Amino acid sequence: MTDSIHDMPGLYIHVPYCRSKCKYCNFYSVTNTATIPHFLTALETELALYRPSFDTFDTLYIGGGTPSVLTIRQLERIMSSVRTMYTLPGSAEITIETNPGDADFDFMQALRTMGINRLTIGVQSFDNDVLSFLGRRHTAEEAISALETARKAGFENVGLDLISCVPGQRIEKWMDTLDRALTFTPEHLSCYELTIEPGTALGRALQRGLLSVADEQRQYEFFMKTSEILEDAGYIHYEVSNFARDISFSSRHNQKYWNHVPYLGLGPAAHSFADNTRWWNHRSLSRYISDIDNGNRPIDDSEYLSEDQLRFEALYLGLRTKRGININDFKKRYHYDLYGHKGKILDTLVKECLITNRNGYIVPTRRGLAVADTLSLL
Amino acid sequence: MNNTRNFSIIAHIDHGKSTLADRMIQYAGVIDERTFKDQILDSMDIERERGITIKSQAITLPYCARDGKEYILNLIDTPGHVDFSYEVSRSLASCEGVLLLIDAAQGVQAQTVANLYMAMEHDLEIIPVINKIDLPSADIDNVMEQIDTELGLDPYTSLPCSAKLGTGIEDILEAIVQRIPPPEGNPEAPLAGLIFDAHYDPYRGTVIYGRIFDGAVKGGDTVRFVHTQTTYKVEEVGRFLLARQKKDKLSAGDVGYIIAGIKTVSDVNIGDTITLDATPCEGPLPGFKEAKPVVFASVYPIASDDYEELAVALEKYKLNDASFTFQKDSSVALGQGFRCGFLGLLHLDIVQERLEREYDLSIILSVPSVKYRFTLESGETVDVDNPAYFPDPTMITASNEPYIRATMMFPECYLGAVMKLCREKRGDNSTLNYPSPGRIELAFEMPLAEVIYDFYDRLKTITQGYGSFDYDLIDYRASDIVLLDILVNGDKVDALAQMVHRDRARARGLLACEKLKEEIPRQMFKIAIQGAIGNQIISRTTISPFRKDVTAKCYGGDITRKRKLLEKQKKGKKRMKMVGNVAIPQSAFVAILKSETD
Repeated sequence: MTDSIHDMPGLYIHVPYCRSKCKYCNFYSVTNTATIPHFLTALETELALYRPSFDTFDTLYIGGGTPSVLTIRQLERIMSSVRTMYTLPGSAEITIETNPGDADFDFMQALRTMGINRLTIGVQSFDNDVLSFLGRRHTAEEAISALETARKAGFENVGLDLISCVPGQRIEKWMDTLDRALTFTPEHLSCYELTIEPGTALGRALQRGLLSVADEQRQYEFFMKTSEILEDAGYIHYEVSNFARDISFSSRHNQKYWNHVPYLGLGPAAHSFADNTRWWNHRSLSRYISDIDNGNRPIDDSEYLSEDQLRFEALYLGLRTKRGININDFKKRYHYDLYGHKGKILDTLVKECLITNRNGYIVPTRRGLAVADTLSLL
Repeated sequence: MNNTRNFSIIAHIDHGKSTLADRMIQYAGVIDERTFKDQILDSMDIERERGITIKSQAITLPYCARDGKEYILNLIDTPGHVDFSYEVSRSLASCEGVLLLIDAAQGVQAQTVANLYMAMEHDLEIIPVINKIDLPSADIDNVMEQIDTELGLDPYTSLPCSAKLGTGIEDILEAIVQRIPPPEGNPEAPLAGLIFDAHYDPYRGTVIYGRIFDGAVKGGDTVRFVHTQTTYKVEEVGRFLLARQKKDKLSAGDVGYIIAGIKTVSDVNIGDTITLDATPCEGPLPGFKEAKPVVFASVYPIASDDYEELAVALEKYKLNDASFTFQKDSSVALGQGFRCGFLGLLHLDIVQERLEREYDLSIILSVPSVKYRFTLESGETVDVDNPAYFPDPTMITASNEPYIRATMMFPECYLGAVMKLCREKRGDNSTLNYPSPGRIELAFEMPLAEVIYDFYDRLKTITQGYGSFDYDLIDYRASDIVLLDILVNGDKVDALAQMVHRDRARARGLLACEKLKEEIPRQMFKIAIQGAIGNQIISRTTISPFRKDVTAKCYGGDITRKRKLLEKQKKGKKRMKMVGNVAIPQSAFVAILKSETD
């Protein structure tokens, strides 16, 4: 993995629409799709706003919300706007998130035709009980069909999103879902333990005491088991929640987030980063549209990252990845000699088998990944 | 001299001493009634700016008595706690009489008795005053009974009052004039004055408070302190009303202040005798003792950056507190700090509170220790108050520890529990008195180390707040002292080391382990906590690691939110002290000081 390929900026487009809200999700979206035409117009205007600062993107990620709520026509419009105003090289990684319920063959084929070469499918589970608990609008059968269709449509880079550690879920049930996923030999798997966020349906249930969250021991078991099964199946556990069938299938776009590579995020609530500054759009579709209509950038706020903050981010993000932290690069880029300052604690962490220290890289072990948050506080 | 009266108010803590003093100041009309409040406040602001308090150690109250004559009443304040009994004794030595203040609801307490004895030792006229008669729970008859049986005073000489409401104040002032004898002394004899207090004024240096027994002192005189043999040129003498009031001279019988270009309070010894350099008095006034700290603890800043600030704060604090000592100390675990000496545990509390409140410092205090005395094989005797300097155990031939005589008073029903507590605290040679029916006066000889640990808190608890306590240091006695080390993951936490009696070591070690287990948050790896004497582990416990804390999602480019969460945690961790690889919160150090009650 060379760094140069990641140094080109990435583009993220947030499609803030869902047919229905899932009970656990706190990403920004609305269910009233009447405003889609307005949104698309605003998005085009926003795209144009950044032409002076950006030129070429080597990754494009269309996320949400549920991008597959849009019609082929609407998605084509987005793609053509991007291509008209910016360069997407032939090698660019172009990803779209889809809901298994939306993915028929014609739709998927059209995505391919548009040049989209990476598909992530929000399967979440192959257990219909879990799907209904999570408030997903599709079934396990639809997910299976979507995966088969994706292959038929010619997608060679398919990723699945899965959620584990759902209240009441037995680990065997989760292993069934994993086994099922593996039968499709997906190029990528994102496995999240369920986090219950405030402001979601599950968050409210938790507050009323109708739910209990998995304790640390249970979370640990799910985490370790998932990693074990997938690594045994030949996947690389390249980030806390992410697995790739080959290192070349790890999400290039997401790695930009983790490496302080510039990225431009468009659409409501999207985050951007460039020149040590991070800024983010209003988490409100109407505010987003009205700001753009009035000729303003729809930015909610921004922060300039100090060297300390950049360094700390690099540390906690790096320790979430299998690539780890290159001590020399870290010193060059963040002016901090990790070994010089933290040698003693690093040695202990090596002894405790939480990290390894080889070839100039500090790399978390599987057990280390499970405590990555605290690792970064070293 | 015939129109002068020098007196103190002595009382058990919270029996209303300051309120009564305030009322008397008000009554004396140092300023007229209408402007009293404003004046006090104005004055306080000025005083505050200067870093001293309005509560002067001696205040002069002009009083026009019923006999129509003008009197000068000098009220000499006394600190209200056992830790300061020497200071109290010097103040009493400057008086001819005292008001013995007793709470009408609580009655006679241990300190009431201790104060009374001290006043008797100085042969003072004693006027019992029953305060708080306005309280619904006031039981004046019972207090009169106690005055008779427990204090051996004539209850009919006592005066009722409510300092809070201002009732009975005039009778008290009148009694001071009528019953307390005027001071004696020869104004023509060589100067002999007793220093009973001193405080620091940033503009004038140290202001001495003294009582002149013989002779006179005036501005321009060169004075000498008999014990320190230092000389100073007097700049100003006077009396303290609400502010300093300059006078031409202070002469025999007077109480007042002297300013003589003395830099720090530590240059003055309370109890020292002041005389004229040219014509000195024959010898020092009796009763001088150097106020020596008996309890020692190290103070460390929580953030090592605050070390300089702490140093400055201690210097400043020391300006006004001669009995407080400090010197540089350092700990591997806690970094640079200071070893401090205190008169007692309350003194320690006061200093800690002032450093934190007035100087806005976050500090950690090590386990307080007394001063142990060791005889070594070489025949040499060493005094050690800091576990860091504990001698090589193989070289120790004998160890000694300071003993006190503790005096406790409490209702009879608690006798069993208190006896048990005292025995547990290695108490010995008890004597029991029944000063009045239903009340116990219990004296025990016990090691000072046991008292500074948690004795007073526990006494209060088991007597449900009715127990009172006073103590005197008596002597050093043979003991068996060992050094208890606390190890965290094999690293000695030097700041948690304690010198303890061998019989205590195991229990103390277990307790320390348990406390640390409660207070140290789980970390990524197992933490072993051990108590050890030398190489022998006497207690141990482990804190199991947490194994999962990572949050799955770190997505959508919203790296900021996650960073902020982690930054918060990091801040929390920064407030902890790293010992080896283990982060120990301040609360763990504090917890070690406190013990569970059984």
